[in-house]
Amino acid sequence: MTPSDEPLLTIEGLTVSYGPVEAVDGIDLTVKRGEIVTLLGANGAGKSSTLNALVGLAPRKANRLVFAGIDLLGLPPETIVRRGMTLVPEGRRVFASLTVEENLILGGAKHAKRGNPAAVKADMLARFPILAERLHQKAGLLSGGEQQMLAIGRALMSSPDLLLLDEPSLGLAPQVVDAIFDLIRDLRDQGLTILLVEQNVAQSLEIADRGYVLANGRIELQGSAAELRASPEIQNAYLGA
Amino acid sequence: MEIFLQQLLNALSLGGTYALLALGLAVVFSIIGLINFAHGELMTVTGYAVCFALIWGMPFPLAVIAGLGVAMTAALLMERVAFRPVRGASGTTLLLTSFAVSAILRVLFQNLISARPIPVSIPASLSGVVTIGPLHLGMIQLISIIVTLAMLLGLNLFLHRTIAGRAMRAAAEDFAVLRLMGLRANSVVATAFAISGLLAGVAGILWVAQRGSVDPLMGALPVLKAFIAAIIGGLGSLSGAVAGGFLLGFIEVILQAYLPESLLPYRDAFAILLVISVLLFRPQGLLARKTLVKL
Ligand SMILES: Nc1ncnc2c1ncn2[C@@H]1O[C@H](COP(=O)(O)OP(=O)(O)O)[C@@H](O)[C@H]1O
Ligand SMILES: [Mg+2]
Repeated sequence: MTPSDEPLLTIEGLTVSYGPVEAVDGIDLTVKRGEIVTLLGANGAGKSSTLNALVGLAPRKANRLVFAGIDLLGLPPETIVRRGMTLVPEGRRVFASLTVEENLILGGAKHAKRGNPAAVKADMLARFPILAERLHQKAGLLSGGEQQMLAIGRALMSSPDLLLLDEPSLGLAPQVVDAIFDLIRDLRDQGLTILLVEQNVAQSLEIADRGYVLANGRIELQGSAAELRASPEIQNAYLGA
Repeated sequence: MEIFLQQLLNALSLGGTYALLALGLAVVFSIIGLINFAHGELMTVTGYAVCFALIWGMPFPLAVIAGLGVAMTAALLMERVAFRPVRGASGTTLLLTSFAVSAILRVLFQNLISARPIPVSIPASLSGVVTIGPLHLGMIQLISIIVTLAMLLGLNLFLHRTIAGRAMRAAAEDFAVLRLMGLRANSVVATAFAISGLLAGVAGILWVAQRGSVDPLMGALPVLKAFIAAIIGGLGSLSGAVAGGFLLGFIEVILQAYLPESLLPYRDAFAILLVISVLLFRPQGLLARKTLVKL
């Protein structure tokens, strides 16, 4: 295998347990540069645990956990994020009592080496005009969709190579959901690699290149987005055919 | 009217010291859920540092700087040695650890320095009285009010204008997500301790300057008061801690002034009674944070 074939992210045998609760049970997953890979599954399947474990926020064991040639095992979240992989957590989790601008500033605080923060911020505000309008408002006062934009914008302030998104469409109105999916596709088209966790199976498979289905902490199904869309399991369980 | 103004200034000066101490407790609590009962020992250690610096012939301003340096170093050491190993443990574990640190330091002070109070030679210029119109105000009280206000203003600027300050506010809300911004957990916690050390140091110097001596238990009572103040304000809320500190100062000064002589020994009991009544109506404290701090 030549270096360029090496996936950007390689997960082999990832296990996440919280005491006796085994949330993720030895999964394998890869993400190649420039892809959107989606990780699907019902509530409690272990999707968030997988993403949190990748960035070091959940207890993890693995045979291999390699991002851009870096062994992630043993690295704390702050180091992993500084190396170019970041997570937009489930439920947005913007800093509600800080202003929109302060949220963005913190997102880019430690990443001067990866990109010029002022340029990244200008780029961000051009991409999200609504954030530019609300720059000095407290983030907690934004609508759900705006908070999701801010959470994504804040993560982009670190100029990541790989963006992990945990249910970005959760609890948002249909047009806002469409806007979020458009945004994800745009980001990929501009060179970002994305691992997308979703329960919105139909829309995720529309924008994804490949996907995995997680059930009870194990990979139940995997394949190209087209294969998954056509598979009877997905048709029955998720697409309501 | 004059008496009232006089009392008001007394209350501002006493309440200000409580406010600084309560703020130091709240800064740490808001980030790692620890109520640091060894905060009082930071005051004490500052007092000893200033005391010995003066004995060794340092001029007073230098002794103050040395005292503040010692306070911040001691706070950072406390975090590194005692609290970092139990970070993330239950609130009870953290609380017991801080009791242990406090007890150990008191014993060390008693055995290595002295169980009895040591006099601190405060410059005579500080013990004067300033007369503003009809008001007579102790120089130290005046300085104490000015220093408190300057500290509050400075901390406010730090929290709202610097990256480290914004990181501390964000950490109080959601520490895990702050780490996703690439900010190191250890530096944020260390910053919180350094600030709480600085606040304890300033309060310690003001306290020593008023009493003129240091003893191993010097920090115990004021920090107990500060703890009460922080609870009145809503534990973990910084503005609440300041409000609680001033409120407690006012209550104490007013009780001191207007309680009949026979009841004066019960002043603190009355103060705590008022606190309990505040909490009966607002159990979450006056200015509690809306999102509850995770322990
Ligand atoms: N911090 C935690 N402590 C204990 N159990 C947890 C924790 N987080 C998740 N779990 C459990 O792990 C399982 C997987 O949860 P999660 O990864 O959040 O699933 P999903 O994101 O797919 O809904 C669930 O059974 C959940 O209850
Ligand atoms: Mg989830």
